[in-house]
Amino acid sequence: MHIAVILRLNPVLTDELELTEGGKDIDREWIGFELNPMDDQALEQSVLLKEAHGAKVTAIAAEAEGGERLLRTALARGVDDVLLISNKKDDDAPPPSSRARTPLLVEAIKQVKPDLVITGILSTDDLYGELAPQLAACLNWPQASAVSDVRLDGMVLTVRQEYAGGMAALIEMDLPAVIGLQTAASPPRYVAGSKLRDLLNTKVPEMEASAEFAEDLSEATTLNLPDTSGGAEMIEGDAKSVAARIHEILMERGLV
Amino acid sequence: MRALIFVEHSNGVVSENAFEMLLLAKSIGAECHGLICTGDAGAAQALGTQLTGFDAVSAVADPTVGHYNPEAVLIALKAAVETQAPDVVMTSYSTAGVDLAAGLAVRSERPMLGYVTDLELNSGGLSATSQVYGGKLTAKTDLPLPAVTTVMPGARKAGSLSGAAPAVTMLKPDLSGARTRVREIITPDNSSGVNLGNADMIFCVGRALGGTEKLPLAEALAAALKAELAGSRPVIDAGWLPKIRQVGKSGTKVKPKLYLMAGVSGAPEHLEGMESSELIIAINSDEQAPIFRKAHYGTACDMFQLIPALTERLNSGNS
Repeated sequence: MHIAVILRLNPVLTDELELTEGGKDIDREWIGFELNPMDDQALEQSVLLKEAHGAKVTAIAAEAEGGERLLRTALARGVDDVLLISNKKDDDAPPPSSRARTPLLVEAIKQVKPDLVITGILSTDDLYGELAPQLAACLNWPQASAVSDVRLDGMVLTVRQEYAGGMAALIEMDLPAVIGLQTAASPPRYVAGSKLRDLLNTKVPEMEASAEFAEDLSEATTLNLPDTSGGAEMIEGDAKSVAARIHEILMERGLV
Repeated sequence: MRALIFVEHSNGVVSENAFEMLLLAKSIGAECHGLICTGDAGAAQALGTQLTGFDAVSAVADPTVGHYNPEAVLIALKAAVETQAPDVVMTSYSTAGVDLAAGLAVRSERPMLGYVTDLELNSGGLSATSQVYGGKLTAKTDLPLPAVTTVMPGARKAGSLSGAAPAVTMLKPDLSGARTRVREIITPDNSSGVNLGNADMIFCVGRALGGTEKLPLAEALAAALKAELAGSRPVIDAGWLPKIRQVGKSGTKVKPKLYLMAGVSGAPEHLEGMESSELIIAINSDEQAPIFRKAHYGTACDMFQLIPALTERLNSGNS
């Protein structure tokens, strides 16, 4: 059993987002980036499957910056191999979307030849389509998103797919398949800084993809900071005075 | 302009999101076709009678799609697209919508746009507004047609249109190649006694809580309020609270008299589960957090100072 897990970097959304001139991208100069939280779940689930079934796990990323660090983290978390796809896009252009990256990732998957591909159900910037269903469509493999449990039995995969209102279904798929993971069976594991430091000099293998980025609608998109007028009435002050005001609001409404 | 709307349903009832998409499609003057996938012709007809306001309805009735099957339904949707040649395909931003829209876009070589909150006509096609980066930014996109979209729940207020429901036309795509099978349907386990859907007051904590060591603070405030304690998805994913306490798209949809929240950014997936609450008070140190656009009251006060202060205030005020 060979599992490929696809990892992406996302901006840290608790940071303040600013736009570049013209609104074609967020200003990436001072903002932090982190492993997409959904891909973090996918990484954990892949390692859990390795531990349960003896599967081999290869982590794949297609990041122009930060990809090596991302993949070293994956090694520290327990994956067996990593592969970084060289990202040839113009340095000044925004990072390619999930849609744009799909052909390059498909090429890498065909090289790695996994039985199962796992990635996060979404990334906060995949405006032009989530990655898992696009990979599956290109590979002509079955796919399920919003997955929270993954069980393997030979070449048959059973996943729990989550729906609104706490409903779910157990869905069986023939491998090879792609899943968009929402939640791993257990929370992502902690990795000690010393383990990461030990991997600092580990060479991350790279592949030069021959595929081109797919077209998306990024040229036709302009980003905007939302209009905040008409939003919440903000309560200012120290904790004690804010608590007093909230208490007053609750009393006015007969809630306490 | 023709729109094909993928109609979701549960327990024989058409989902509200189908009517939200209908109203959005009608706002751009589209002729609205609905597609139902269900297990038998009788169920298809029964669902079809609910689709007042649609101009045409087609259905795939096959045991393979008796319950939602991502692969088989994608085959059915693609067949409907090939038959009806819609200018825009609309799915809701739901599990099925995420499964179907991007896959359909690749297979039908159409552009795709997600998280859509509004559509307007422009000279070359449509202008679409979307949410991106967890709702912190909006995106305006010139959408060439034909295209595929996922539409955010609440993009329009659901309401049925007058008129008779159209007759249902049956489609018979070949679903025999599906490598995906639905084995079991799982309903929510309510044996714990927790029922967020019926709660009058909810205190919800988000990722900023930081870990289980801070849970006693939150539990004390929930107790002082006589509120149910709930968590956003990252809190549940991290194992800090059990799944039964999750509010949001993949948790419980709630409509309490009070929804007090701390450290929850207000991603669209969370808003979907709580935005109908009667009173929303949000505590978040990030003044750009999208929750402040939905909340009635907000504060950027440090939650770890405010939570104990509010607990103390409530306890002294209640005694």
